[in-house]
Amino acid sequence: MSLPVRQRAATLAPSPLGGRVILAVIGLIFAIPIISMLEFTLRAADGGHSVEHWLALFDPQNARSYAPIWVGLGNSLVLSVGTVAIVLLLLTPTMVLIALRFPKLRRPFEFLCLLPLSIPAIVLVVGLAPVYLVIGRTIGTGIWPLSLAYGVTVLPYAYRAIQASIDAVDVGTLAEAARSLGAGWGTVLLRVLGPNLRTGILAACLLSVAVVLGEFTIASLLNRQNLQTALVVVNKQDPYVAVILSLLALAFAFVLLLVIDRGAVARRGIRSRRGHQ
Amino acid sequence: MALLTTAPAGADHSGPARRRAAPPSEPGARAPRRLRLDVLGLTPFAAYVLVFLAVPTLLAVGSGFVGADGGFTLDNVAALADPVIVATFVNSIGLSLLTAVIGAIVGAVLCYALLAFRAEGAVRATVAAISGVLAQFGGVMLAFAFIATIGLQGVVTVWLRDVWGIDIFADGAWIYGLPGLVLPYIYFQVPLMVITFLPALTALKAHWLEATLTLGGTRGAFWRRVAMPVLAPSFLASFLLLFANGFSSYATAAALASQGSQIVPLQIRTALTSETLLGRENLAGALALGMIVVMALVMWGYAVVQGTAARWQK
Repeated sequence: MSLPVRQRAATLAPSPLGGRVILAVIGLIFAIPIISMLEFTLRAADGGHSVEHWLALFDPQNARSYAPIWVGLGNSLVLSVGTVAIVLLLLTPTMVLIALRFPKLRRPFEFLCLLPLSIPAIVLVVGLAPVYLVIGRTIGTGIWPLSLAYGVTVLPYAYRAIQASIDAVDVGTLAEAARSLGAGWGTVLLRVLGPNLRTGILAACLLSVAVVLGEFTIASLLNRQNLQTALVVVNKQDPYVAVILSLLALAFAFVLLLVIDRGAVARRGIRSRRGHQ
Repeated sequence: MALLTTAPAGADHSGPARRRAAPPSEPGARAPRRLRLDVLGLTPFAAYVLVFLAVPTLLAVGSGFVGADGGFTLDNVAALADPVIVATFVNSIGLSLLTAVIGAIVGAVLCYALLAFRAEGAVRATVAAISGVLAQFGGVMLAFAFIATIGLQGVVTVWLRDVWGIDIFADGAWIYGLPGLVLPYIYFQVPLMVITFLPALTALKAHWLEATLTLGGTRGAFWRRVAMPVLAPSFLASFLLLFANGFSSYATAAALASQGSQIVPLQIRTALTSETLLGRENLAGALALGMIVVMALVMWGYAVVQGTAARWQK
């Protein structure tokens, strides 16, 4: 019945050509700074272009001046592990518990988790400084306690990713079914809910890693060294290597997020195919 | 995975199963203890959020009311009225507004262009991933990118000078000042707009257009009279998010502007790290309070607008 209308009418989208033109123009403008970074790293001392700065990255002679980078990268990786641990061991179980036992707390909990979006990191730092003074005195000034602060900054992103998964599967029924078949709570969490929430949890972890690797504000003002603060330090001695590593980090984060997106699509594909059966 | 298919939400088998799982004792006797256990399960997270979110926020705001002698004072808060500090707030708000407006418009156009591509195709996936990176991963690297582009020896700077004879720094090295922040900020505002606005745009129903056309309307009329009013709340909400994003951004400015503190986050840095004036760290608290007030207003507006938007997206 609606067929004639459908054939005549249309889609909301711009024409394929129009869409491509807009995308190409904006894409080109946004590519300029990235291309500029690349060109910058290829500038040779004689005014021409060469890959000498890229090769210099692996030259043992420069190891000393690049040392802050490796320390910073190592610290950032430790912080990533710590932050992911907070997401896995603290946030995820709490979210499952709320979904199963306290459905009324869902809205307040969501508000709480999204709150860090509206509290600028620079404001948080002002209050974290005294907190870390106490932490420094009691458990030391190592790098890992900083992941406790990062856990708060990734909270909104991790919450959204995990909650999307919780909404997609009926955790209540799954948990009850497993319990009624004799599973303990540990089994329910690890072997029943865990695999079902896998996509969301994985996305939460990867997003957390991306946020931690890109974090500068808190580390910088609390005088800790991470990848970003190291980039600023090294940039003063050797801007080329700082830009090269920035490019690599951007590429790495891009691949991470592409993996999340592709994973989500594959997952949706499985579910919709199942729906057709 | 198998559980997805083997555990449908059927009430038919859960009845007997539940009875089997239930302990032989009175169910009512166990309930309170289990509830207490559940509440106990919430405490680790509650404690964590208390120590690393609530306490720092309260300390930050509270320190604005503490004087150099450790007693209560309103001096720091009064210092917010200082012309220099007022100017920084005006700079910050102006910069956030300008970049949020440009970011929202360019981002919305980009979202519209994306509608021409398949929802789960490679183009949208790539744009989504790039947007995610640029929106959250900018900071210091963004500063480097713009120094390489429009820095004193940047690619675009040199090209304009050598090919067109235009010296963009004829009036001074503005890239290291407030105007230099505009382009980098737009560079992370547009991707954020794509992330937040695309879902609203894709929620627009094609059959609304069909209905408009069937009733004799034009495509233009549809966009003006139907789509725009429906999208307006989402657009405004995204815009407010962009404003908040620009207002709270620190890393790019810190890496780009090595001297001076033209925006509030940099002013906080100066107050925190100032060694010349003792007791200035409490000014950081007052500045943080000022930022919280601005952010609270923005987020309140966001919540109001979102409430309206949600009604349309059902």
